[in-house]
Amino acid sequence: MSLSTSDSATWVGATSAGARGANRGSRSGAPLLEVTDLSVTFTPREAPAVAAVDGVSFTVDEGEVVGLVGESGCGKSVTSLAIMGLLPRRGVQVGGRAVFAGQDLLTLGDAALRDIRGREIAMIFQDPLSSLNPVVPIGVQVAEVLVRHRKLDRAQARRESAELLERVGIPDPQRRLREYPHQLSGGMRQRALIAMAVACQPRLLIADEPTTALDVTIQAQTLDLLKDLVRSSGTALIMITHDLGVVAGMCDTVNVLYAGRVVETAERVPLFANPYHPYTVGLLGSIPRLDRARGDRLTPIPGSVRDQLPWPEGCAFAPRCDRRTDACIGRPPQLTRVVVPPRTHRCVNPVVPAPATLEEVS
Amino acid sequence: MSVLSPGRKVEKLDRLAELAAASADGRGVSLWREAARRLRRNPSAIAGAVILGIFVLIAAIGPFFVPYGPTETIGVANGEVRPAAGIIPGPSAEHWLGYDHLGRDEFSRMVVGARQTLLVGVVATLIGMTVGCLIGGIAGAAHGLGGRWGRRVDTVLMRIVDMMLALPSLLLAISIAALLGPSLATVMIAVGAIAVPIFARLLRGSMIAQANAEYVLAATALGVRKRRIALGHILPNSLAPVLVQMTLTLATAIIEAAALSFLGLGNPDPSTPEWGKMLSDAQRYLEISPGLAIYPAIAIIITAFGFTLLGEAMREALDPKLRA
Repeated sequence: MSLSTSDSATWVGATSAGARGANRGSRSGAPLLEVTDLSVTFTPREAPAVAAVDGVSFTVDEGEVVGLVGESGCGKSVTSLAIMGLLPRRGVQVGGRAVFAGQDLLTLGDAALRDIRGREIAMIFQDPLSSLNPVVPIGVQVAEVLVRHRKLDRAQARRESAELLERVGIPDPQRRLREYPHQLSGGMRQRALIAMAVACQPRLLIADEPTTALDVTIQAQTLDLLKDLVRSSGTALIMITHDLGVVAGMCDTVNVLYAGRVVETAERVPLFANPYHPYTVGLLGSIPRLDRARGDRLTPIPGSVRDQLPWPEGCAFAPRCDRRTDACIGRPPQLTRVVVPPRTHRCVNPVVPAPATLEEVS
Repeated sequence: MSVLSPGRKVEKLDRLAELAAASADGRGVSLWREAARRLRRNPSAIAGAVILGIFVLIAAIGPFFVPYGPTETIGVANGEVRPAAGIIPGPSAEHWLGYDHLGRDEFSRMVVGARQTLLVGVVATLIGMTVGCLIGGIAGAAHGLGGRWGRRVDTVLMRIVDMMLALPSLLLAISIAALLGPSLATVMIAVGAIAVPIFARLLRGSMIAQANAEYVLAATALGVRKRRIALGHILPNSLAPVLVQMTLTLATAIIEAAALSFLGLGNPDPSTPEWGKMLSDAQRYLEISPGLAIYPAIAIIITAFGFTLLGEAMREALDPKLRA
């Protein structure tokens, strides 16, 4: 893979990007994507309405890697689908704003949205096998994007497809182009999908759990590839994941979601060093660590995501929270902005920050 | 992440393994080819294919080798056949299946009739498939991708199809045949019309199911236009059941064409023997020469059986759930 760098170099790159993210207040201009108060409510015909996303706000700057983190069912994927306009029209109500480069994606017409998709914003899905058309050769599927957005003719598209596959580290691309998805390994398929997503050098890439369906060694490779591509082209990336390890390796800024709302937003290092929200603390506590004594048990968050309070009645996390107070119930906790270290969180009784050093983080 | 450094080595090994496992000729093996390979291993597919192969061979070259002309009334001319007196000789060395009621060589008529039967079956199926797939394809694409108006188009088309389905198939064919007057084209159209609603329903259902597939979402996320998604992504994935249905429809088309001829609504041209008409002619002479009814009946059954065997085997071979 031509893009591969040593791990230490990647680390340096990540840290400098983190620093860049930290100073972004001084940068001029609006963020690339600004999601404000996004809500998605599913209204099935014969069942009560479900608010999958309930007032999510976050921003993505040009070239920034932003994490959306949370358990299954917290609204991560629905958020990304809503931004892309990929939710079905029927039985779904989308509210709020998602301003991308000055245009609100949520009110944009169908044709305009189709022009943006794949060219300005691209998406990588969780399961690479089902995201590829089983009866169409890989080459046709890659070329399709190039023909659609970059108006290449067939021969050009074919040459460009081979280059793209090469760039994402697929050996012998000419042969792979003729093959069908089932002939490729899981990692290859995801690489092919990544090639399709970056084919038009989009300004924003949304990766929805891109490594969940892959096995562990391939996960690491795929993440490295994504990281390299994004850093080298200045593409912004929204990384949707439940894996804090992925977040630690890639993201500049992290948004922790719970029950359809952002409960904590911070840059990566401060988030890992001293999480404020008890849910973030719980997520960090449930990661296996190498430096912990053998036989030590993980500390899972009690209960499951289903044991939640509706936000209007208080903090949704309260039923599972060990720092619950009377103030948590009755009304929803408001977003609180902390200046140093910079972050916002949604907790009445946040964890008191302990002085932390970088060693503890890595 | 320092955790990843062993991954480099693994990556290299992984790539080596992938290169080693790749097919040597470097050509892509399509799903169709894989289905064909699975068909070759299926005994009932082979049985069906052999039956159909023989049938097609007979239909194609048989008429050039028949011992007697299918319309030569030799039995009457030489006085061996006298139906009024109840004499229709059965199989003999010169006439393998005996004479029919007009003194024609039954074997020659069977062989020549195979061509007519195959022709009617194939053309009728093609008519039914083309029209049915057009209707079903439009309805399916409209339903899956067309928003509110698409759903309306789909509803209108499907109500028409449902009306056709509600009529008993043979009744539908008889009405059409009666409406158009007996001719070869009438038989083909009438039998094809029976298959139209089946193909329409099938392709529509298959396309709607595929429209919810994740690769459609992925293609949409890449900005691929609706028409391209419908034609380039959804349609090719929806064709497998249509192909299976085509084989099965060939079987029923042959039976239905025979039924129409039996009812006197077939090709009125007496110079072309056809199994259904031979069956119908034979019923008046069942007591004298039951063989005249048995030969065409068995031929129809075996042919339909061959198509059904192959169709069922294809259904299995193309079943996505059985894909390796």
